Amino acid sequence: MKTIITEAQHRIAKYNTRRHFLQKCMSGLGAVALNSLAGCGGSSGSKANIAKTDISSGILKPHFPGKAKNIIFLHMAGAPSQLELFDYKPVLNQLDGKDCPQSLLEGKKFAFIKGVPQMLGTQAKFKQHGQSGAYVSDYLPHFSQMVDEVTFLKAVHTDEFNHAPAQLFMHTGSPRLGRPSMGSWITYGLGSDNQNLPSFVVLVSGSEPSAGKSAWGSGFLPTVYQGVQCRSKGDPVLYLSNPGEVDPYLRKQSIDAINAINEQEYQEAHDPEILTRISQYELAYRMQTSVPEVMNINDEPEWVHQMYGTEPGKASFANNCLLARRLVENGVRFVQLFDRRWDTHGAGPNNGVDGALKNACKSVDQPMSALLLDLEQRGLLDETLVVWGGEFGRTPMMEARSGADFKGRDHHGDAFTMWMAGGGIKKGFTHGETDEIGFSGISGRVYIHDLQATILHQLGLDHERLTYQFQGRDFRLTDVHGKVVKEVIA
Amino acid sequence: MNSRSWFIGLGIVSLIVVTFFSLQKTSEPISYNEHIRPIINSKCIACHGGVKKSAGVSFLFRAEALDTAESGIPAIVPGDAENSGMFQRIVHHDSEYRMPLEKEPLSKEEIKLIGQWIDEGAKWEDHWAYIPPEKDIRPPKVENSSIRNNIDRFVYTKLLANDLTPASEAEKEVLLRRLYLDLIGLPPTPEEAEGFLNDSREDAYEKLVDHLLASPHFGERWAAMWLDLARYADTKGYEKDLNRSIWKYRDWVINAFNQDVPFDQFTVEQLAGDLLSDPTQDQLIATAFHRNTMANDEGGTDNEEFRVAAVVERVGTTFEVWQSTTMACVQCHSHPYDPIRHEEFYRFMAFFNNTEDRDIYNEQPNLFTYEENAEEVRTILTWVEEHLQSEDAYLSSKNRFLHQQKEELLYKLGYRKVEAEQYQASSKLIELLAPEQDVVWQVQDSSWIMFEDVDLSEVEKISFRCATTISGGFIEVRLDSLNGKKIGQTEVTTTGQWNRWAMTKPEATGWKEFTTAITPVSSKHDVYYLFRKNRDLQQHLFHLDWIYYHEKNPPKQKYGKKFNQQLARLASVQPMATPIMQDLPPEKSRNTHVFERGNWVTLGQQVNADVPEALGNIPDGLPNNRLGMARWLVHENNPLTARVAVNRFWKELFGTGIIETMEEFGSQGNPPSHAELLDWLAVQFQDEHQWSIKSLIKQIVMSATYRQSSQATPEKVEKDPRNRLLSRGPRVRLSAEQVRDQVLAVSGLLNRNMYGPSVKPPRPDATSSIWSNWIADTTSEQYRRSLYIFTKRISPHPMLTTFDGTGRNVCVSRRIRTNTPLQALTLLNDSTFYLAAYELAQAMNRVSPADVQQSLAEGYRQIMLRSPDNEKLEVLLALYQNAYSHYQKSNPIQQAASTENDPIRLKALTLVANAMLNLDEFVTKN
Repeated sequence: MKTIITEAQHRIAKYNTRRHFLQKCMSGLGAVALNSLAGCGGSSGSKANIAKTDISSGILKPHFPGKAKNIIFLHMAGAPSQLELFDYKPVLNQLDGKDCPQSLLEGKKFAFIKGVPQMLGTQAKFKQHGQSGAYVSDYLPHFSQMVDEVTFLKAVHTDEFNHAPAQLFMHTGSPRLGRPSMGSWITYGLGSDNQNLPSFVVLVSGSEPSAGKSAWGSGFLPTVYQGVQCRSKGDPVLYLSNPGEVDPYLRKQSIDAINAINEQEYQEAHDPEILTRISQYELAYRMQTSVPEVMNINDEPEWVHQMYGTEPGKASFANNCLLARRLVENGVRFVQLFDRRWDTHGAGPNNGVDGALKNACKSVDQPMSALLLDLEQRGLLDETLVVWGGEFGRTPMMEARSGADFKGRDHHGDAFTMWMAGGGIKKGFTHGETDEIGFSGISGRVYIHDLQATILHQLGLDHERLTYQFQGRDFRLTDVHGKVVKEVIA
Repeated sequence: MNSRSWFIGLGIVSLIVVTFFSLQKTSEPISYNEHIRPIINSKCIACHGGVKKSAGVSFLFRAEALDTAESGIPAIVPGDAENSGMFQRIVHHDSEYRMPLEKEPLSKEEIKLIGQWIDEGAKWEDHWAYIPPEKDIRPPKVENSSIRNNIDRFVYTKLLANDLTPASEAEKEVLLRRLYLDLIGLPPTPEEAEGFLNDSREDAYEKLVDHLLASPHFGERWAAMWLDLARYADTKGYEKDLNRSIWKYRDWVINAFNQDVPFDQFTVEQLAGDLLSDPTQDQLIATAFHRNTMANDEGGTDNEEFRVAAVVERVGTTFEVWQSTTMACVQCHSHPYDPIRHEEFYRFMAFFNNTEDRDIYNEQPNLFTYEENAEEVRTILTWVEEHLQSEDAYLSSKNRFLHQQKEELLYKLGYRKVEAEQYQASSKLIELLAPEQDVVWQVQDSSWIMFEDVDLSEVEKISFRCATTISGGFIEVRLDSLNGKKIGQTEVTTTGQWNRWAMTKPEATGWKEFTTAITPVSSKHDVYYLFRKNRDLQQHLFHLDWIYYHEKNPPKQKYGKKFNQQLARLASVQPMATPIMQDLPPEKSRNTHVFERGNWVTLGQQVNADVPEALGNIPDGLPNNRLGMARWLVHENNPLTARVAVNRFWKELFGTGIIETMEEFGSQGNPPSHAELLDWLAVQFQDEHQWSIKSLIKQIVMSATYRQSSQATPEKVEKDPRNRLLSRGPRVRLSAEQVRDQVLAVSGLLNRNMYGPSVKPPRPDATSSIWSNWIADTTSEQYRRSLYIFTKRISPHPMLTTFDGTGRNVCVSRRIRTNTPLQALTLLNDSTFYLAAYELAQAMNRVSPADVQQSLAEGYRQIMLRSPDNEKLEVLLALYQNAYSHYQKSNPIQQAASTENDPIRLKALTLVANAMLNLDEFVTKN
């Protein structure tokens, strides 16, 4: 325990020193025009106004003081089954194998279920944990020790029942392509706290989510606000490495030459865009050092690797959790993780809510618990909002696409569980409840736009005032819906 | 004073205030558009408009405002401000009643204007954009010796009024580069540059303009603009994002610009080419414009939901492209600011709601064509027809299209092979194997496919070409419905082993044919093929490639072996499918309903096709269908089309439109910078140029306004910071496509071939996974122009998106230009760009192996078309020397005998070339 704290203090000291250093360096030409990039802070001095354009600077300050400064969103792409993890339904177990009552099926759409399906009891073993007594199954042995840190949302619901539209809905507020993602909105609204890293970073494990890069795209917002995908394998950011025989020394020399000529060009053309370009080349050079540095987890002590279960050099969810902590430490505002392995239909062997889901849990249980613990012990959890969940839930009925041999569940948007922790959210709390079989929410229902409104609220943004005019009208993340879920705020 | 009399007292005061304002009239009559609309739009309409009608009051339409509100009196009584609810409430003494509610009261000036306007009769005016432009606008008189055409008269008048002067004409080298990049999107070759720079004739500039307008690359450059509007992409979008073959539409756009197809015809062919009489193949391909909507192949999706989504999208896109009018909000409620009613969205949607496409995998309806293999089809067809016995001569087809000729002849001869994936309907759980999507794959038991109107009267047996690694299953043949009469069944058994989990197709040897006899049936039927499992199912039963109908006595039977072999060969030549538009036959036409609150499952009243009232009517004599709608768009009474088009071409040349909000001309759009110029140009475009795009572009680039130097002065930056008044020439960063094309061109890498399937240049995140499907081209195809780069919707090429290119998921009228560190990293480090630097370095080395200064100057000339000034040359030289000694230190042995073959020199030159390709002036059009 002590080692963690010492380590954290050391890191913070190092971090502040570097920041201070960079800020000093930025008082020269480099400071010029940095404001025009939202990712680069509003603190770079009065010269910044030269190139400030309305379109790309964002509003750069919260509507009111927010409790959270950063957010880590852990998206379990494919949709984990709430009925095997958090939503304990003894009645459902009694109904196991019985035909689903017709009343539940009327007016409902399912992706794969046909005819009258049978109910499927939980495949996991549930127990109450912690002071709060929250139910967590034996699929998540590590996380069950963290229940007193989190708020469970037991009755989240969505309109979409296919992966890509549901993921888009979760991250952009609309099931169709073309809208800005939550991270883009937040960067547009708040700018960034750091000057040498992008402020919205995306980390992917498994494979890319169904919705693809649109899940972190900037939609109609300027592209400066789109998420930058960092990779734990290969070049951490596309095009980051120098080509051929160009080494850092020569890169520095060539950027200096480019900027010297661009400055001459500015003296003739007086186009402020040239100044912006000069500063962006400087930032690009700094990113070439700072991004690999923050992405390199080799310098973490062995006990940290043990805690997260990380293996440097691999593309894994564990590595991404550790990276999320490092990025947040370095002032990245929005870290978005996608982990795609959760679509447990039971369409064949190793695809059900028994074996496959249990395996999926194994790969996230320890690292996500370690992330909470680590953030807390470093004093970062209070200002970092962690959100966990899939794009929808799964049915209390068995899908049985390939017959009764494989235990699987279909897509289900009426009720599923998500959890939030840190960033001013209640500890050891449960909001919302589903009916006896976990089919629908009966109290405390939270719609996707409500969740988004709440996340923005914790960051100090009013979801109704965070707007951008496009095609003649003001757009928001939450469209014309959304209510902050006040009950979960500490 | 008790509270009651206090209240009355204040009432009297407010009455006095009213009277006071009523008496203080200005002499000028009030203009609704100039004075009143801005107040209503900013202060009133959010609560009293198309979305909310608080207290029954709306100011969207005059009739609504004059109607009696919930209070019992009308908001506006024309000629009587004092008795108008609106006026009473804006001057109300009690802040709980005063409008705008809980906001600052209107200013005295605003109250005066509204009072006087109501007293003068509360005349409404349409927003300027909904009134057709005046035909007789005269360019203003202005004296300036540099004026070259009438465009300048509009621009200079405005400059003078703002105490600004035009900039002098740009240097010849600058104009040369500007014209090339603007008109064909590529820089000139060194020879072309020399030709122009040495041409001292009076009309050298005009000659160059004409030369570029006639270049085949002209069409490529302007297609790049149009493809953003058409949301052209090579995949379908959504989760699977499978390939779509629609590049023939892209080539159609290139040719249309090259042939200067008039914009009215260009419009009609894209929106309704299929409804023209006897449409040509090209006119059908043009209709693929609206087949660029996304389609969802994800398992378990409801095709009708995504068909409706595509139809709704076509309404929005049509309005954005041709009318710069937002329709998205009208989908759910009346337009909040502009006079378009909720139901009018659905009336317009009715034009599109009757097409055959329905979000099915095979994208029907398609146009089938042949490319390099067309000759083969023709040859065999001719051979077969020549060998027909005279009594069978009638069997040869008279159809205009090659594919139909082939299909009809084969069918009539009794060679009846049908691709399984060309079904008309299927259960939700049918997939087609990616990427070719030409094999049916069942992911669930009891899935099915259906073919419409199959003539079975002569058929005795049906064969199926199948492949499976497991126990297989059964194919049941049923008539007219899933539960219809079963007329045959065959068992499919294991055909071979291959790695099915890799999602690949089996080799040819893995396939077998399975045949069933069928109960004799007369006439045509919808035939259902129901797939049932045998012992097991592993997200797979069996693959089905094609179906063959065996007739009892097919005419082909009486011919010999060779003839029949030719038929088989003919059938095996694969056509290419391009999705197109086609209307359903009248008996199958769909009704269109209003969607309540925009929700497609909540149907409201049924509506007939029509255009929004505010924008006129379908002209007399035109059909009330897509064709009539398309002709309405380009009719001379349409107030918007010509203005919108002119604005788009203007924006491409100047960097910003006369109206900056390309997508919105309604009252929420930005006002025009030069309103009269826009109207005058719109009229010129229609009448003078007869919708010729090339003539319009020529007129603009011939102006002195266009030819100005882009160098600003601090004074101009102060007075006209964004150059909206055009006090100088355009200076804007090049588009993503232009940035890449220019690098390829100046380095000599560019492959100038035109047309054809899209290409996949390397990208740093390429993988070989069949799902991500980006296996980079290794031939010179990778150096084709950027508009040929494969657009994968969920993962477009990162170089293009970094420079503001889009995924083409939706129509985009303008890319917001950004300036980011990722752009720097891309230009510095992309492997293709670095190779370009190496190529450039080699050229520099060849030109002057001994004199570095000369090499550098030549390299600069090659990319910028002019000599560098000494200061720049010094910086480049210092970089070179630095790099040279740095490389020398790290590689002391690599010293060459002569400078010609000095590898270190080449490396250092490569670094300098890489820097030159990153200069602001290089990625900027100035």
